[in-house]
Amino acid sequence: MALDDISFEVKKGEVLGFLGPNGSGKTTTMRIITGFISPTSGTVEVAGINAVDNSLEVRKKLGYLPENNPLYTDMLTSEYINFVADIRQIKKDKKKARITEIASVCGISEVWSRPIGELSRGFRQRVGLVQALVHKPDILILDEPTSGLDPNQIAEIRSLIKKIGKERTVILCTHILPEVSATCDKVIIINIGKIVAQGTISELEKQASGKQAIYTKIKGPKEAVSRALDGVSGVVDVKVADRENENLIGYNLDVAGDKDPRESIFNTVVKNNWTLLELKRERVSLEDIFRELTINE
Amino acid sequence: MSYFNSPIAYVVVSIFLCLTNWFFFQDFFLRNQASMRAYFTLLPWIFLLLSPAITMRSWAEEKRSGTLETLLTLPISDFEVVMAKFLSSLLFLTVFLIFSLSVPYSISNLGSLDRGQVLGGYIGALLLGGAFLALGLLISSLAKNQIVSFLISAAAGFLLFILGSDMVLQQTAEPISSLFRFLSLGSHFSSVNRGVLDSRDLLFYFSFIVFFLYLNTKSLESRQWK
Repeated sequence: MALDDISFEVKKGEVLGFLGPNGSGKTTTMRIITGFISPTSGTVEVAGINAVDNSLEVRKKLGYLPENNPLYTDMLTSEYINFVADIRQIKKDKKKARITEIASVCGISEVWSRPIGELSRGFRQRVGLVQALVHKPDILILDEPTSGLDPNQIAEIRSLIKKIGKERTVILCTHILPEVSATCDKVIIINIGKIVAQGTISELEKQASGKQAIYTKIKGPKEAVSRALDGVSGVVDVKVADRENENLIGYNLDVAGDKDPRESIFNTVVKNNWTLLELKRERVSLEDIFRELTINE
Repeated sequence: MSYFNSPIAYVVVSIFLCLTNWFFFQDFFLRNQASMRAYFTLLPWIFLLLSPAITMRSWAEEKRSGTLETLLTLPISDFEVVMAKFLSSLLFLTVFLIFSLSVPYSISNLGSLDRGQVLGGYIGALLLGGAFLALGLLISSLAKNQIVSFLISAAAGFLLFILGSDMVLQQTAEPISSLFRFLSLGSHFSSVNRGVLDSRDLLFYFSFIVFFLYLNTKSLESRQWK
């Protein structure tokens, strides 16, 4: 069983990040929405249309870029895009204009007449995006759109997604956390077929573990400093993070709930005649939340 | 769909054309008749190998490259996809037949050719080829790899073809032999080959093709596991 009682809603115009480790069920969920496979139970509604009974209608509204971006490598870019445009029934008089427009937005004009098999990964990804967008869908589903790309290409595709996302509803499947932080409004975290978290990134950060962290670097004897820090109200745990030298040590402090012990720490340091070199509050990152929720033994 | 983009297509067609022509012309001058009868008797065996070769990669390639997912999530019905695959394979076969027109052309220069018989032969060949393709496509959609697909398609095609041959019918008694003759791809072909276009034969081939394309569509749908 790949999915276990999954239930979620995406609002119009949202950019939703579907986040989960490999094998968690992200692709299976997308395949059910796009009609590639049928669910054994439950309903799927896209723009009010039942995706299982009326799959063809739903597919008209969707643009889909599957995992690994499958393409017909024998075909020329132009042939393939025209092929998809015809299947999407874009009217003849609008077709050329539409294709030219989307090709230039996605930057594939220079490889227009080349066989897809000859294109670099970056360009192939763009061709895949063009195929998904050529019919101006209201909803775009992207499954791991930046996999296999180099950092420059990743940045380009992400900014492209952000631009496209402004006018559409987008579901972005990925296991790359920064991608979600960079492009998405809302996040759903899925693990072993179950949804383990939902919400905006800031909501999730608040919900998670209720802990904050503070990093501080203090010049002073380790034992005494550690004890003193531990004693500060609100500090739950003290761990040594790094040592610059014998007495110059950095500490990671776990802080309970919404307490803010920074001032107390400062006063403690002053009272003991030590020196405070760094004091930084760290937010629990999306990565921490993700790892905590998806750690599998 | 893009069969013709790859050079393999041209190589395959050329090889089969040469083979066919060679076998035919071997005995041609012995027979001393301006007739394509022998050519059309030879053709089914050629198709028996050519059509599995065409169909073996059709679904397997889509599955392997993942384009099956793209194809089945576009707003076209499964049946339309099956039809498209069938028609493109049929087109390929037709091109082969068009190139083979060099044979009747050259023969007609040597003696008078029975046009009706040649036309009947070509129509029969096309229908038979279509039947082999429909069969091969179904098997290709179910088979795990291309070699298996090729072998099973060729074997199944062979069986269905000889089902109505004298050799088989002699071994069977009525009513089975009537049934076999009715179902056989081969027996319907011989009658079309004679130049007689009986509507029953046409109906048979059309039904056969439709039946297998339908099964193919169903096999696609059942692929949608959870």
